[in-house]
Amino acid sequence: MTVLCLVERDGDGAADASLRALAFSRELAASSEASGTGGDPGYGEEPAGSNPPGAPGENVAAVVFGPAAEVPAGALAVAGVTDAYAVESDALTGYAPLAWARAIAELITASSATAVVAAATDHGNEVLAHLAAITDLPMAANCASAAHASDGRYRLVRHRWAGSLLEDAALDAPVALLTVAVDAVAATPAAVPAKVTVHAFRPDLTDGDLAVCATESAERAGGVSLATARVVVGGGRGVGSPAGFGALEELAGLLGGALGVSRVVTSQGWRPHKQQVGQTGTRISPELYLACGISGAIQHMAGCLSARHIVAVNTDPDAPIIARADYAVIGDLNQVIPALVTALRERAGLS
Amino acid sequence: MEILVCVKRVPMVGGKVVVTPDGQDVDTRMSGFAVSPHEECAVEEAVQITQRLGGTVTVLTLGPAEAADQLRDMLALGAGHGVLLETDGREWGPMATAAAIADAARRRGVGPDGGYDLLLFGNEAADTGDYQVPVRVAHALGLPCVTAIKNLEITESGAGAGAAGGSGAGGAAGARARASREYRGIEEAFDLALPAVISVKEGINLPRYPSLPGRLRAKRAVIEQFRPEYRGEGLRKELLRVPPGESKRAEILGTGTDAVPALVRLFEEFGVLS
Ligand SMILES: Cc1cc2nc3c(=O)[nH]c(=O)nc-3n(C[C@H](O)[C@H](O)[C@H](O)COP(=O)(O)OP(=O)(O)OC[C@H]3O[C@@H](n4cnc5c(N)ncnc54)[C@H](O)[C@@H]3O)c2cc1C
Ligand SMILES: Nc1ncnc2c1ncn2[C@@H]1O[C@H](COP(=O)(O)O)[C@@H](O)[C@H]1O
Repeated sequence: MTVLCLVERDGDGAADASLRALAFSRELAASSEASGTGGDPGYGEEPAGSNPPGAPGENVAAVVFGPAAEVPAGALAVAGVTDAYAVESDALTGYAPLAWARAIAELITASSATAVVAAATDHGNEVLAHLAAITDLPMAANCASAAHASDGRYRLVRHRWAGSLLEDAALDAPVALLTVAVDAVAATPAAVPAKVTVHAFRPDLTDGDLAVCATESAERAGGVSLATARVVVGGGRGVGSPAGFGALEELAGLLGGALGVSRVVTSQGWRPHKQQVGQTGTRISPELYLACGISGAIQHMAGCLSARHIVAVNTDPDAPIIARADYAVIGDLNQVIPALVTALRERAGLS
Repeated sequence: MEILVCVKRVPMVGGKVVVTPDGQDVDTRMSGFAVSPHEECAVEEAVQITQRLGGTVTVLTLGPAEAADQLRDMLALGAGHGVLLETDGREWGPMATAAAIADAARRRGVGPDGGYDLLLFGNEAADTGDYQVPVRVAHALGLPCVTAIKNLEITESGAGAGAAGGSGAGGAAGARARASREYRGIEEAFDLALPAVISVKEGINLPRYPSLPGRLRAKRAVIEQFRPEYRGEGLRKELLRVPPGESKRAEILGTGTDAVPALVRLFEEFGVLS
């Protein structure tokens, strides 16, 4: 009995989000063993829990799209994966959401899976939604944790409002379909590395399954990426005008960081949407987020849940961000930021 | 081009989420309601497409009677029809929601001869974030589907390449969608035959503000109403709670420019200065 985890490739390795999904999958498999519920996928005649607790074989398997030779076996072993299914198909050259879901639907049977897990990425959510529709099973998106309880149900904690609110939920399904809120789970290695057996798997796909497939082309990467920047200088409505962002950009440049903005700023057309931080923008995880003239609405803060240090500059000591930040300066950003720029330039000997 | 856009009424919470004492809902006594941003962009996209190619935009919501307010907000942006699938206020799960939306779409039909050519959604609802209603609707209707789209081009080619659109009445046989998004630094483009289901993300466009004539039109518009039947499903909410560690208070470094030296010291301590 198996927890089957979709592993997305990143170069020669596994994507960080998938390593987190694998850590989540291991916890889920362990909970099934402990509760003795892991033995039965719920399809067959046997009652749930027919396997003795701790029965061998509650394992984590990976699904990887691509040739068996390209499976990142080393990374999977460290993550405790015992079996990897390499989905090989001449028809399947790139990402094709429905075809991927069809292949996984077949693998549920082939691997006796009791759960299918994927990182809550655009691909993971999309493929699992197709899988849910194909199998007519419920799907729980953005789970922070999951355990198989002794009554055969799954106890879940999932994110609502992009993580600003938690939901305790119960899932009753023969196969649990779960995506993992990647901010909520660390990519920890297994206590003991596993030995990975790689199986080549050829799915049965129709032309209809392949009707929607991606054509990929490299995007031009310009400047420091907001999602991965070590420092983000944020500007909100308090910046006051498009011109006001000049000083913030200069500061971001001095700190080797990126500029991030609030939704008010993008909906005014002051800055492009790709600079928006938050629930409907980009998630950031910098060492330092300096949020200037931003009130700290939950939808904005949802984008910086994994920032290491948050420093706010705001005229209002009662702004919600003051209750979320680690440090704050009470004052007008249009005075504080230029003064900070001058101080940093002096410090760097730039006059 | 006949377009159906599905929007959800969600609470507009500000600085802090508060949960009702029974742990079942977000406390909305202090907040208004809105259509979530992805879906507002879906409506804007639909309006732009019909302005270019002709046809009408229908907005649909499943929710309590008050959700008619959100339909009117969208009618004010340029949608032509509103459909309310009225519930008794209970929270519906994504399976039941998708089934009810698919039923409503079937009433009009999909494809040429007056059916919907395109069904637009948000990528995920702002509150529950289930990430699945559009895909389930696509499967129920047997339509191709792609999600999380940031760029959409619709081409009508039925009457031969380059033919001017604008009739809308005869549907859009042979029309296609080119939909794309960025994924981990790579641009992914999809080519779909219409009718199709597409979910979009904020950033695909900049929604307009409602015009005064738009508001007046919206006020008078007739909203079609149906009452689909509630169904429970395998995933059940038990309790909502605010994540721990939300109510610290920042250490105040100082006031105005006097705080600059303290900021510089702090940055040194964080190791973000070279
Ligand atoms: C479903 C949904 C999704 C959303 N997604 C996002 C999202 O992804 N990202 C996002 O940012 N928002 C999002 N929002 C919007 C969010 O609720 C807020 O409206 C928005 O974040 C507010 O932006 P702001 O802080 O810039 O503006 P405001 O809330 O107006 O705050 C401005 C702040 O600037 C301060 N200020 C004013 N002048 C100065 C000055 N001279 N110097 C210093 N401080 C000053 C004020 O005291 C105030 O605190 C979403 C909303 C919804 C409903
Ligand atoms: N109650 C609803 N009424 C209308 N549309 C909805 C409803 N719930 C979800 N949707 C649509 O489906 C999208 C994805 O929702 P979800 O799968 O619930 O995250 C939303 O962005 C809406 O476009």
